[in-house]
Amino acid sequence: MANPEDSISTAAIGVSTGKPATRTGGKRVRSFTADLSAVGEPALWGFGGALAIGIILIAGFLAIIAWNGFTTFWPKPIEQVELVDGTVIAGEPTRYNTFTVGESVLARLNDAQRQEIEDNFGFANRTLYKTANFDLYGDDFTWAADFDIANVERPSGYYLFERQQWGTFVGFPASLVIGGEETAYDQGLMQREQRAARSRFADIRRLERRDIGRINHNQERARLDSRKALLQYGENDPRYLARVEVNNARIAELQNEFVEVQQRISDIRAIDSQYRVILEEVNGRTVDTNLSQIVRFYAANDVNWFQQAGIYLSRWGEFLTTEPREANTQGGVLPAIFGTVAMTMLMVVFVAPFGVITALYLREYAKQGKLVSIVRISVNNLAGVPSIVYGVFGLGFFAYTMGTTIDQLFYAERLPSPTFGTGGLLWASLTLALLTVPVVIVATEEALSAVPRSMREGSLACGASKWQTIRYVVLPKALPGIMTGMILAMARGAGEVAPLMLVGVVKLAPALPIDGFAPFIHLERSFMHLGFHIFDVGFQSRNSEAGKPMVFVTTLLLLGLIVLMNATAIYVRNRLKKKYAGSQF
Amino acid sequence: MNTMTEAAPVRPIEPTSYHVKEGNQGIALKIKDFKLWYGQSQALHGIDMEIQKGQVTALIGPSGCGKSTLLRSLNRMNDLIDELKIDGRIDVGDFDMYGPGVDVIALRKRMGMVFQKPNPFAMSIYDNVVYPLRVDGVTKKSILDEVCERSLRSAAIWDEVKDRLNESALGMSGGQQQRLCIARGIASDPEVLLMDEPCSALDPIATAKIEELISQLRGQYTIVIVTHNMQQAARVSDNTGFMYLGRLIEYGATDTIFTKPHKEQTHDYVTGRFG
Ligand SMILES: Nc1ncnc2c1ncn2[C@@H]1O[C@H](COP(=O)(O)OP(=O)(O)OP(=O)(O)O)[C@@H](O)[C@H]1O
Ligand SMILES: [Mg+2]
Repeated sequence: MANPEDSISTAAIGVSTGKPATRTGGKRVRSFTADLSAVGEPALWGFGGALAIGIILIAGFLAIIAWNGFTTFWPKPIEQVELVDGTVIAGEPTRYNTFTVGESVLARLNDAQRQEIEDNFGFANRTLYKTANFDLYGDDFTWAADFDIANVERPSGYYLFERQQWGTFVGFPASLVIGGEETAYDQGLMQREQRAARSRFADIRRLERRDIGRINHNQERARLDSRKALLQYGENDPRYLARVEVNNARIAELQNEFVEVQQRISDIRAIDSQYRVILEEVNGRTVDTNLSQIVRFYAANDVNWFQQAGIYLSRWGEFLTTEPREANTQGGVLPAIFGTVAMTMLMVVFVAPFGVITALYLREYAKQGKLVSIVRISVNNLAGVPSIVYGVFGLGFFAYTMGTTIDQLFYAERLPSPTFGTGGLLWASLTLALLTVPVVIVATEEALSAVPRSMREGSLACGASKWQTIRYVVLPKALPGIMTGMILAMARGAGEVAPLMLVGVVKLAPALPIDGFAPFIHLERSFMHLGFHIFDVGFQSRNSEAGKPMVFVTTLLLLGLIVLMNATAIYVRNRLKKKYAGSQF
Repeated sequence: MNTMTEAAPVRPIEPTSYHVKEGNQGIALKIKDFKLWYGQSQALHGIDMEIQKGQVTALIGPSGCGKSTLLRSLNRMNDLIDELKIDGRIDVGDFDMYGPGVDVIALRKRMGMVFQKPNPFAMSIYDNVVYPLRVDGVTKKSILDEVCERSLRSAAIWDEVKDRLNESALGMSGGQQQRLCIARGIASDPEVLLMDEPCSALDPIATAKIEELISQLRGQYTIVIVTHNMQQAARVSDNTGFMYLGRLIEYGATDTIFTKPHKEQTHDYVTGRFG
């Protein structure tokens, strides 16, 4: 500091690094312009603000989905609404909004009402009631404008019935038919009988699904076997004729079995029709339903909190473990959960070796030059191709080209109906594997290049070959990074819908891709997917208003599933990390 | 010229009569007019040097003079670098290790190497030590166990790790890791042990242990050690080579180099008067 030059330079540094004060005429003056930008405070606020906005948006988005998803299944009260024109409706109030009152409506209102609407700038409020009873009215929902409503009550005694068909019913149980004899309604009796009826229903289901399914499957196999023999030997060959005879005998035998099972089913059905309930809605119209058709029922305005919670849980249980009914708007999504998980797993099985091997070659073996750079850039850019393009490719190449060839070679007897020549689980997984492979390649390359050179040299100096070095030293060290890539790919793949619609996802799959018939895993089958289910249930079905709440529940479930799959993968990765990384002195 | 790659035709190198155990006299490595270029820049300018069997040879010299480059040339670690050019020869036993048809992997199996920074693999201590044998195809547990214990004892670390052989090597201290790397370097019983500043990352106690270890290994192995520590070179080595700007300025018995060197530059360097 003795040197005068030194002190000058220190002062200069003091300003530029943003010391809060500079000396001017012996007085300390805060110089904001210089300081703020130097300290970087405006940038700090900007970045912090951007982060905060981002977090708020994401949190809000998740909160909306979670709120809508979690509340959908909570039982709501039933309101009985008397309209000014004398009609009475009953239903669950589902949502409220503001609407512009049309000219024709205004014309029929009285002056006071008109004035009120005018004061409100032409707007009025209305409520959407889920009046249900689709079989009676042809609609599940009714809007009721505030000015049309004369009286609203929540009278005790209203029931909500969830039915196997025709959706829900709002009304009262009028009477029961037990064993063919009409008796008065009694809640305990109905609960007991409904449970018994449901188990009868499950029996019928099981017979239809398992026994008839097996018979059909075997008949089909016999038929196909005959056709195969025909293709193989020709029409007049004795070997063909012998095979046909065997197969026809088998088919006849199965047909007998079929008749037997049918008989058993119709026996149960006959009993089933002896147990019914007569439901009456608010305007006195009645519906006669088999008890086995009632999935769930409760007195909506009389249940206490615990019963509500019970209903809530039972609805979640149904949602997660059963198949959809009523054009996907009710029931469960088990096949879709199953399809989503199966497809994602299969995708990982395809993408992992493919991506890792490609990255290994690019990073470890290929001579780093122009060509490799071009390949690398192209791979990175593949991630930007619209996903529907992959769908088109998957359909055109996998299904139509490869699938058709496979069909001709191995499934000729089934033609012209395609086996692999159409969308299916295999093609969908492969398409998604293609879509996500850039993610895996990039992550793997990064992980490989992050393995310290000293480790490779250590291994080579031990006399290991290049492959041994990669296999024993490089790959284990890079594994957590590779897993990260896999996790990203999985998240991307599990949430993708657009390409799937072209290569195998359907709104209602006739059978799961895994079942009890050899070869047990049917990769050629079409399947259901939660992402597509959301789209279908909310916007494609006949009764899309009824499906809307399911949109949120299914979205919540899809998110939950992706989080679960990723959490599992992250857990595995962290275990690996712990195994392979300790403190570096 | 660096014309061979690892894929060159294999000429197996048997442990020959050359092995130190069968005679402690003679020349282990004979470097003849060896030149090396990294791309355009020449790092070694015609090195001539004979490394004696069973003795410790130290390489000293200011930073960037090419010590590591020379050391890494002795087991062809430089092959990994693109754009590398080589001229001259290094004879190991009766053949040129840069000659055509040399099996680099077999060559490296005859050379142990210890690096400046400890570089244990992400495996257990046991697996680290027996790695050179494993890659050589040895699977017999009894052999591996025996080698593991012998190497760890030789590297003076057996007592510290004998109860945790199955724990990750990355959990050890830096000094332990370095001694583990030495154990790994001698596990396959190589003829030559190459050490590139093995103590630079270590504290004085660990350094002393490793110096002691080198003294113990003298006679069994031919050791080439690069060091910046003059006292260390004086303490552990039999011969010392002083390098400067890619040239071997002086090479001879350690006593001579440190007490009455023939060259002015050497004298300046070892007395610390180097600019
Ligand atoms: N991979 C490489 N590519 C290009 N040049 C290199 C490479 N490695 C070393 N060099 C150069 O070769 C010369 C010798 O380097 P080397 O590492 O052999 O020096 P050194 O004597 O070991 O130095 P230090 O004591 O600092 O380790 C230096 O000028 C260095 O810049
Ligand atoms: Mg060096």
